[in-house]
Amino acid sequence: MSEDHSFLDVRDLRIHFRTDDGLVRSVDGLSFRLERGRTLGIVGESGSGKSVTSLGILGLHNKRNAQVSGEIWLEGAELVNSPPEAVRKLRGRKMAMIFQDPLSAMHPYYTVGKQIIEAYRVHNNVSKAVARKHAIDMLGRVGIPQPARRVDDYPHQFSGGMRQRAMIAMALSCDPELLIADEPTTALDVTVQAQILDLMRTLQHEFNSALIIITHDLGVVAELSDEVLVMYGGRCVEFGPATTVFDRPEHPYTWGLLGSMPRLDRGVTDRLLPIAGTPPSMINLPSGCHFHPRCAYEPRTGGLGRTVPPELNRAGGGSHLVRCHLPSDERQRIWSQEVKPKLEAQ
Amino acid sequence: MLTFIIRRLIGAVLTLLVVSMITFGIFYLIPRWAGGSAESLATRYVGRTANPEQVQAAVKALGLDQPIYLQYWNWVKSIFAGADFNTGTSIEHCPAPCLGYSFIGRNPVWPDLLDRLPVTTSLAFGAAIIWLISGVAIGVLSALRRGSFFDRAAMGVALGGVSLPIFWTGIICLVIFSYGLGWTAPGGAYTPIEQNPGLWAYDLILPWITLALLFSAAYARLTRAGMLETMGEDFIRTARAKGLEEHTVVTRHGLRAALTPIVTIFGLDVGLLLGGAILTESTFSLPGLGKYAIDGIVANDMPKVMGVTLLAAFFVVIANLIVDLLYAVIDPRVRLG
Repeated sequence: MSEDHSFLDVRDLRIHFRTDDGLVRSVDGLSFRLERGRTLGIVGESGSGKSVTSLGILGLHNKRNAQVSGEIWLEGAELVNSPPEAVRKLRGRKMAMIFQDPLSAMHPYYTVGKQIIEAYRVHNNVSKAVARKHAIDMLGRVGIPQPARRVDDYPHQFSGGMRQRAMIAMALSCDPELLIADEPTTALDVTVQAQILDLMRTLQHEFNSALIIITHDLGVVAELSDEVLVMYGGRCVEFGPATTVFDRPEHPYTWGLLGSMPRLDRGVTDRLLPIAGTPPSMINLPSGCHFHPRCAYEPRTGGLGRTVPPELNRAGGGSHLVRCHLPSDERQRIWSQEVKPKLEAQ
Repeated sequence: MLTFIIRRLIGAVLTLLVVSMITFGIFYLIPRWAGGSAESLATRYVGRTANPEQVQAAVKALGLDQPIYLQYWNWVKSIFAGADFNTGTSIEHCPAPCLGYSFIGRNPVWPDLLDRLPVTTSLAFGAAIIWLISGVAIGVLSALRRGSFFDRAAMGVALGGVSLPIFWTGIICLVIFSYGLGWTAPGGAYTPIEQNPGLWAYDLILPWITLALLFSAAYARLTRAGMLETMGEDFIRTARAKGLEEHTVVTRHGLRAALTPIVTIFGLDVGLLLGGAILTESTFSLPGLGKYAIDGIVANDMPKVMGVTLLAAFFVVIANLIVDLLYAVIDPRVRLG
């Protein structure tokens, strides 16, 4: 380890796809760091590049149509330019992933136990019996009742919540240091969502792993994350400690996300405040600031928003970063005087 | 599971009953409707030079003077209980299962069928193994290298293979390898496996390849389509995320899921072929069930044709049952009941 790297250090990650219609810049210059025991929440609309990023970290993109550049350092080892075989050996062992829909993400023809055993035995030279014991143990740890019996059930015999628990057990079977959860609760009932989030928090402490939660649900991020990264059009538009991003957000897009989040403490007659316009086409991204066609404050940039791409600059304080042309004090003023009162008045 | 099998077996018996009625109807009823009398039917089997007494004797012997339902009943009864046949000079007993007595050869059909069954089974199973392995392998490789030169070439050949009829590829094979190069017996031959396994395989290699070419082409396309679909599934991504090696991902996860429709078609194809590969057997002069049926048709020897038809129907029904049972083995989500 010659350089000073965080446990996970993503630098200027770019993931582009060649399509018949043109080059899709799904992720375009993304950088972030993450330490063990910490949780990063990545939020954004569909198509903002969240899932592409997570698959990119695991090296799961098909080299034939995806161009991946930049650097991903995991415990001092660079992954983007490593041979695929080296990255494969890290997958599942050092870094694991929990997928959105556990029903389609688990193989329908194999028992849950077999799938966990398989995940464990790729990286651990143990007998099937030992691996089976481990699988039962893992199922018990994620809170599945009667794990010794359930281990021989097929995914379709599990309820949605239990299935996601089994998926988590599979991801954690090799004790990975980095865990990426891609919309882990989206496919679940609301009542089950809270249990799963709880479980993930407990297990993260237990395993002391670094956790990346990818979601469009700000509630989930608020629940779990230490830091939040807001993505728009393949780029980070706002980054900072969760409390800062939720209490003093400075990017107009983040304001929009907060305004469109349903809250139980609001009356049923109240309307959400949706973000105007539609998510951008990833092939023909808007010039200048990618968000400018949907931004109500764009006129105040004096035409900059339309022509010049903004940089990711230090904002309010600490590690807070925002990609916006408006001056930081102006943004803070807009938030506290114009946006926040509107959200609270709802 | 057991109730499922019993129910399906009852269904199979009913299916066979219907098939037997239809075949019986086709061979015995339609000539009557077309205006043929019992005598004119009987004439075909005693020859035009026979005198009226001989014709009458034939009518009696074949039971053509009885009402049609009685004829059918006697035919079905003989399958289970056997029957006695008046050959004119003596009365011969045809033990169960008696599928009738050849009009021409004046011998029971069932032993003939048993004689010819090994030929057809050898042909069908040998070809099936070749086409299953080659078809699935080509299909998987094509799917993994979608759009590559290999994929395009393989699918082009497959299209050709599906389109070319057996009698054409068979004859081309014979012209080149048998008559031209002299590698195999001219015009095709058959040696029983118990006599000489080497010669058995040697004689069958051309028919196998001819038959397999047709089927492996279809299987390659089927496998390719199935693999393209399953390799895009979420569980494949999960398998890769677990760090499995790519060949494990492809075979244990991808192919395993793509196999279901292939097994279905495979069972039905083999079942169908066991009833006689008429074109292949005719082209390569193999004395199998298909050839037997063709001989029966040409000679207007109804019991032969009906025997083969019923046996073929039996194989298809059994193959169907096996496929249904395999379904539950392959896909645990399928519950039999």
